[in-house]
Amino acid sequence: MEKKEEKREVEMISAKEIRDKYLRHDMMPHIFCTGCGIGNVLDYTLWALEKEGLDMDKTVFLSGIGCSSRLPGYIDVDSLHTTHGRALAFATGVKITNPELNVIVFTGDGDCMGIGGNHFIHACRRNIDITVIAVNNYIYGMTGGQVAPTTPEGDYATTAPYGNLEPAFDMSEMAISSGATYVARWGVKRPNQPINSIQEALQNKGMSFVEMMSPCTTAYSRQNRMGSIEEFWDWYDNKTILAEDHERIKQYGSEEEKEELKDKIKVGVLHKEEKKSLSERIQELIEEVQV
Amino acid sequence: MGEQKGLTIQGNMATALGAKLSRPDVIPAYPITPSTLFPEKISEYIADGELDASMIRVESEHSAMSACIGASAVGARTCTASASQGIALMHEMLFIAAGMRLPIVMAVGNRAMSAPINIWADHQDTMASRDSGWMQFYAEKNQEGLDLMILAFRIAEDERVLLPAMVGIDGFVLTHTVEGVQAPAQEDVDEFLPPYDPPHGKLDPEEPMTFGSLGTPEYYQELKYDQTKAMDNTPEIIDEIFDEFEEKFGRNYNRITPYRCEDADIILLTMGSMTGTARAAVDEMREEGEKVGLAKLTVFRPFPSDLLKEIAGDVHGLAVVDRNISPGFGGAVFAECAGAFINEKKSPLMKNFIVGLGGREIFKKNFREMYEKTKKAVETGKVEKPVEWINMDEDVMR
Ligand SMILES: Cc1ncc(C[n+]2csc(CCOP(=O)(O)OP(=O)(O)O)c2C)c(N)n1
Repeated sequence: MEKKEEKREVEMISAKEIRDKYLRHDMMPHIFCTGCGIGNVLDYTLWALEKEGLDMDKTVFLSGIGCSSRLPGYIDVDSLHTTHGRALAFATGVKITNPELNVIVFTGDGDCMGIGGNHFIHACRRNIDITVIAVNNYIYGMTGGQVAPTTPEGDYATTAPYGNLEPAFDMSEMAISSGATYVARWGVKRPNQPINSIQEALQNKGMSFVEMMSPCTTAYSRQNRMGSIEEFWDWYDNKTILAEDHERIKQYGSEEEKEELKDKIKVGVLHKEEKKSLSERIQELIEEVQV
Repeated sequence: MGEQKGLTIQGNMATALGAKLSRPDVIPAYPITPSTLFPEKISEYIADGELDASMIRVESEHSAMSACIGASAVGARTCTASASQGIALMHEMLFIAAGMRLPIVMAVGNRAMSAPINIWADHQDTMASRDSGWMQFYAEKNQEGLDLMILAFRIAEDERVLLPAMVGIDGFVLTHTVEGVQAPAQEDVDEFLPPYDPPHGKLDPEEPMTFGSLGTPEYYQELKYDQTKAMDNTPEIIDEIFDEFEEKFGRNYNRITPYRCEDADIILLTMGSMTGTARAAVDEMREEGEKVGLAKLTVFRPFPSDLLKEIAGDVHGLAVVDRNISPGFGGAVFAECAGAFINEKKSPLMKNFIVGLGGREIFKKNFREMYEKTKKAVETGKVEKPVEWINMDEDVMR
C-alpha cells in the first residue's frame, strides 16, 4: 500500500486524539450493542492507520452490509457503501482505476464468506492490493442471528433452532488457499497483536486479510449461552492458541496436548508471502507494451 | 368446516402462517430486513414438528430462488421470502421460475431499493420485477397477507395458470406490526389447497424430461406467447378462486376492491397498507360532502384493466397513488392505469402522486391534498403536472 515515504516517529497520542482525528462525531451514537467487539476492531484499525501514517486523503474505505459493514460510516474519510457481499468487487474497481489509493474493506463473516464468497476468493486469487478486515462473529448479526456459513456445527441460530447441521468455513484458511499474501487472525480481546497485524496488512502490497473474531453479544450469545459479556470476551483467550504454539504441539507435543488442540482456534499471522499484486502486474504490462 | 382461530400477530408471522397452512415441502431462504422473521418462523415450525418440510439455509437470495426452482421442478411445493436487494439479487432467477412455469410462491416484505440504503416500506423492489412473469398480490393488512399466501399457492398451481406468485406486505407497517387475524383451520386449507402434483411432468428418473433448454428463434417467441397467454387467462381464474375462498372462509377478495365509488366523481387508487389511511380520509371527505371513492389494488399482475375501467370508467378524476417511482416516467401503477384506458373513448382525467418512498409516512391529510389537486384539475380541465410528489421537504421543492 502507498504510504508516506519518510520514516516517522509515532508521537504519543491519546485515545481521545485518535477519536478526534479519525471519527465522524455527527454519526454518534453508534449502533453497536453493549459488549460487541466491532467498535474495538475500528479502534485497532485507527491505531494502525496512525502508526502507519497513512494519508487519509489517499485512503478509501468500503463495505457491504451488516453490523461490521457499518464501520466506514464512522470514519471521517471517503467511503463507498455498497451492497451485501459485494464490497470486494467494488474495491477491485476502485483499486484498478486508481492504484494510488489505499483501499480498505470492512466486512462480516456472512458478507465476506457467504453471499460475497465468490468475490472474496477471486480478490484473493488476483492478489489485488487491498486490506480486508473481516469481523467474524459466527452469525448474521444485523438481521438478528441467523445461521451463517461460518457458524460452527451444532451452534444455535434463529434459523437453526436445534443446532446447525452444516460444517463451517474457516475464512483465514480460505484466504490462504485462494491466494491472499498476508493473512492474520486474532481475537478482539487484546489490542496489540491486531493493531500490529492491521499495520502489516496495510504495508503488504497485495491482498491482506485480517480476521477479527469478535463477540455478537446479542444475537449469538443469547442463543449459544456464552455467559456474561466478560465470560464471552474471555472465551477469545481460552479458545485460541498462537499459531507458533499450535505448530510446536503438533510436532512435539504430548498426546494430551494434541487432543486439546482439537478445540482450539489458531491465531496469529497465519500466512505471509511475497507475490506481485494485480496492480503491479498491470503496471508492468503497461510499461512493457509502451516500450 | 373447522373453526377459525383468532390470533394477534405480526405481518411476517401471518405470511409464515399462511405458508405453513399451505404445507410447503421445501423452503430455501436467506434473511433480509424486513422479511427475516418469515424464515425464522418457518425454521421454528419445522424444528417444533409443526411443519413437515425441508428448509435450506442458502448463502444468498440468488441461491434461494435457484433452490426454489430446483425443488419445484422436482415437484415440491416451494416458497421463500425476501425484500428489496434480495429480490434484486434474485432477478435473474425470477425469469427462470416463470419461464419454466413453476408455481413458486414468495412472501415479500416490501422495502426500498439502495442507494442510499433504506430498509423501510416502498414498492420499488417488486415493481422492478414487474416484467419477470410473476403474479403480484399486495396486502392491505396482515389478514390479507395470510390469506393471500394460501390463495397464491392455489392460483399459481392451477393447471390453467402454472406461474409463480409474490405476495407483498409493506415493510414494518405490516411486517412488524401486530394485528388481529383469523387463521383458517388446517383441514379447511387442506381441502381448499390439495397437495401439489405437477400436471405436466417433473424431474423424475422414471420419466426423464428437460427444463429450460435452449429455445432457438424458431421456438422462443411461441413459448413466450404461451407464457403470456397463461398470464392473460388468470384474471378469470383468480376471480373464481377468490369466490371459492370467500365461500369457504368468509373473506372477500377482489383484484380491485371499490369503496364508496358508486356515485364518486373522483377515485383514489391505492395499493398496500396505505389503503387503510386512504379509506379513513375518504370517509372524512364523504362526511364533508365530497364525492370521493377509493379503489384498492390487490392484484397488480396481471393488471386488472377490465375492473379498473368498470370502476373508474365514468368518474371525472382518477388519482393514482404510487409508492414507487420509475425515473423518467412516474409511478408504475400510474403507467398501468393510463395504459388501461388507451383506445377508450371515455377516460377519467388522471393524476399521479408519488408518496411514502423509503418509509416516508403517509397521512390522511396527504390523501386530502391529492384529492384537492385532482379536483382542481377536473374543475379546470387542465392537468398541469401529471406526476406530483407528496409530503416533501419544502426546502427541497423550492
Ligand atoms: C442482497 C441482500 N440480502 C440480504 C440482506 C440482509 N442482510 C443485511 S446484513 C446481513 C448479514 C450480515 O452478517 P455479517 O456479514 O456476518 O455481518 P454482521 O452483521 O454479523 O457484522 C444480511 C443477511 C441484504 N442487506 N442484502
